[in-house]
Amino acid sequence: MFAAPAAASEVQTAANGNLAAKLTKLKETFTVCSYCGCGCGILLYSDGERIVFAEGDPDHPINEGTLCPKGNGIIDVYNVVNRKHKRRIINPRRITKPLYRAPGAAQWQEISWDEALARIAKRIKKTRDETFEEKDKNGITVNRTTAIGALGSASLDNEENYLLHKMFRALGIINMEHHARL
Amino acid sequence: MTNHFVDYQHTDVFLMIGSNSAENHPQSMRWIGKAKRNRGAKLIVVDPRLTKSTVYADIFARHRPGTDIPFLLGIMNYAIQNNLYHKEYVVNYTNASYLVNPEFGFNDGLFSGAGEKNGRVTYDKATWQYQKDGETIKKDPTLKHPNCVFQLLKKHVSRYDIKTVSNITGIPEDVYRKVCETFASTGAPNKSGNIIYAMGITQHTTGTQNVRAIAMLQLLLGNIGRPGGGVNAQRGESNVQGSTDLAMLSHLLPGYLGVPNATKHKNLQDYIERETPASGYWKNKPKFLISLLKAFYGQHAAKENDFCFDLLPKVDGKNRTHMGIFQEMMAGNIKGFLAWGQNPAVGGPGASYERKAMEKLDWLVVVDLFETETAAFWHAPGVNPQNINTEVFLLPAAFSYEKQGTVTNSGRWIQWRYQAVNPPGEAKSDLWIADRLFKAIRKEYQSGGRFPDPILKMNWDYDIPGHDEPDVEKVAVEINGYEIGKNEPLDSFGKLKDDGSTACGMWIYTGYMAVDKDLNVPNCKRRSREDSGLGSFLKYSFSWPLNRRIIYNRCAADMDGNPWDPERALFKWDGNKWICHDVPDFGGGKPPRESGAAPFIMLPEGHGRLFASGPVDGPFPEHYEPMESPTENIISKQQAAPCANVFKGDWAKLAELGDPNYPIVATTHRTIEHYQSGAVTRSCPTLAEIGPYMYVSVSEELAKEKGIKPGDDVWVETARGKIKCKASVLPVVKPLIVNGRKVEIVGMPWCFGYQGIVTGPVANDLVPAVGDGNTSIPESKAFMCNIRKA
Repeated sequence: MFAAPAAASEVQTAANGNLAAKLTKLKETFTVCSYCGCGCGILLYSDGERIVFAEGDPDHPINEGTLCPKGNGIIDVYNVVNRKHKRRIINPRRITKPLYRAPGAAQWQEISWDEALARIAKRIKKTRDETFEEKDKNGITVNRTTAIGALGSASLDNEENYLLHKMFRALGIINMEHHARL
Repeated sequence: MTNHFVDYQHTDVFLMIGSNSAENHPQSMRWIGKAKRNRGAKLIVVDPRLTKSTVYADIFARHRPGTDIPFLLGIMNYAIQNNLYHKEYVVNYTNASYLVNPEFGFNDGLFSGAGEKNGRVTYDKATWQYQKDGETIKKDPTLKHPNCVFQLLKKHVSRYDIKTVSNITGIPEDVYRKVCETFASTGAPNKSGNIIYAMGITQHTTGTQNVRAIAMLQLLLGNIGRPGGGVNAQRGESNVQGSTDLAMLSHLLPGYLGVPNATKHKNLQDYIERETPASGYWKNKPKFLISLLKAFYGQHAAKENDFCFDLLPKVDGKNRTHMGIFQEMMAGNIKGFLAWGQNPAVGGPGASYERKAMEKLDWLVVVDLFETETAAFWHAPGVNPQNINTEVFLLPAAFSYEKQGTVTNSGRWIQWRYQAVNPPGEAKSDLWIADRLFKAIRKEYQSGGRFPDPILKMNWDYDIPGHDEPDVEKVAVEINGYEIGKNEPLDSFGKLKDDGSTACGMWIYTGYMAVDKDLNVPNCKRRSREDSGLGSFLKYSFSWPLNRRIIYNRCAADMDGNPWDPERALFKWDGNKWICHDVPDFGGGKPPRESGAAPFIMLPEGHGRLFASGPVDGPFPEHYEPMESPTENIISKQQAAPCANVFKGDWAKLAELGDPNYPIVATTHRTIEHYQSGAVTRSCPTLAEIGPYMYVSVSEELAKEKGIKPGDDVWVETARGKIKCKASVLPVVKPLIVNGRKVEIVGMPWCFGYQGIVTGPVANDLVPAVGDGNTSIPESKAFMCNIRKA
């Protein structure tokens, strides 16, 4: 997984080994593009805190080293160049803390994870318990609530969608959908 | 996709319809380019717009949105009339020879068995069945019997002659004839034709039948199950194949097992009896379901308690699809909502209605990377937060490379991706969030609550001592399946049992975590380029099912086991054994005549369906005009799709046929710069910079008529609402001559919203809430509008 960066060794070879390429100090990570369904392989180069650049994986059978504009821009989601200081900073638009918006409020407020999860769990329990049907009008066991809806995601990993599926069904949710319906 | 991207190199003729691959699936375009250069392949692109894909086409057929069925049926008609279909394939591998109930008929747009319920046609399918002699289906291999599928198909498509198709679609006759000649040429046994499609095919009230028409054309030309062929739905998100497999859908459980339904399944026995066919691979369904129940409920699931089948919620027969859910939300019947990595405030049909519906919620949880339009619905432009009493939680999620796990591409390759950096700040992987939230809910139920069993008995143990993140590999092994008491991931779903001795979260992925003995890594982590020459790359990642790269692949060879084209031999019977370049789906040992007898292994009858009783709206596709259309239907008196799902409220308001207020056809599309609703890419500086404006493409003629200059602000109005954006005046769209009259078309990208670095109006605000009768996928690709200078 963290083999010598392919691009770095190419640069080294080109320079007959005399160039101490910056890339040799970086960690190479294999990823698959997060955008369309092609499934292109991407090599990311990072120094632990920042991702410096991305290239199409030349050994990937589908994209063979190439990438489209979205794939090429994939590091922007994590870090962007601050124009003033010319340094990479975390994309300032990322949400980095749980946020809560109270009824009628005009602002978000930051809350802790523990607080957020506990409050959401209480809301879910309240709605579920108020609306849960053990049996329908024909006496069939149905164990469901029709008052909670949930969307999973085509942007999540398989393992994540699987856990969401288990959680939603455990709660008795039947209003469950995602991108594939659109 | 039945095939995969690398396989495109083997295609002779591509038919791209309802897809703009050059922008939305650029790798597919690269493989098309290879086929063009290396084997002289031809590319036909069918699109209302001149796109980056059409520029690369040998034939560009500009058609009116919502006329895909006449386009596809017309090619079938041409192939049959001119004897260009693949006879040997059709006779042996499809149901062409099957005899259908002699009472089956079709009259002026409706099939036999039509009745009415709530203003919508519902069919009694009794006459859509095969004729049987006891349990044996009657057949006529000469294909001459008037009740055989082939003759019924021939008659049905005969109405779609070149002139009629040209009239409906707006494609000039000479261009359409060229399309027919070129694509029907792949009916020659040694030629492969590949149909590529995307949302331009599915987002119609005839969406399911559009896809059926594609599959039927490919069966007729013998293009399924072989290199360079296929029915290739190019999917729009990196893991929409995986999330569909894992059934984030109201009607399914993971692995395409139907969700229990209160009106049909009282208990496990009922479910198994009603849902398990007597033949075809689905006869193993009980093994898959019981293994799923063991994965879900662990030690609690036992034979005596129906393996906890009753703990699964049962659906109630109401429409619980995307639009159905938002309609229920607007009605106040949904109190709480979890929007996990999806942005319906921009991506949903009638998006402004969906935003309004969210105001009715008591609570909303959004899990995402950025503050999406959905998270921000309560302070959207024109909305006063004081009037909205919904509590909103926004939980920060990690991006793809800030965690690890697998994604499944369009070609069904399941690939493991690794973590490069930690998520920023307190952002967490969705796996962590799901795990912690479920634990928090469980904590609440420790002190009691309504029927806590499904929550407390759910198998949920993914902790790694000393680690913050749940054990993603353990989740993966659970999906893959294992024998109870052993932790070894199974290598084949053939080993799953219906007695509770195996657990498997989703049978179709079995093997993806099994260890490759040569490479010593789980199959989905393999990255070896070892290949036997056809580009199957069997040692690269894992392709479900069972690492098979092309499905229904027995069809790659004739009844005697000879490949249709020796140059592209996926399989060959050498007299004693099969020589394989893919994983066979016919059991590697079976001799050709035996395996060739039922090559479509998932179907009970074992043959590809040119006639199918499954869809609610007919065994054959038939042209109906979109719900909003510029013209009467000239092929029958049935104007619009008779079984379409029409929703209630303002978002479903439709313009009448001929309404002078809405004379222009509108369609939506994507762009290369932005991903889906733009929730991610509009917050990325490089992409925001190259894709900065919302626009509508207008023809030069229409712009002249309306006094619109390039870059002018214009209003686009529909019966549902209006948006203001910039006009792009280029020959991207052009008026078409439809049924003798000029029809203007406009196109709009749907990737803009009010959040992010670049913002713009939401195109989906204009889309009507009408959906396909089978799937309820909205008709986003064909509706009526007007346009004027702002």
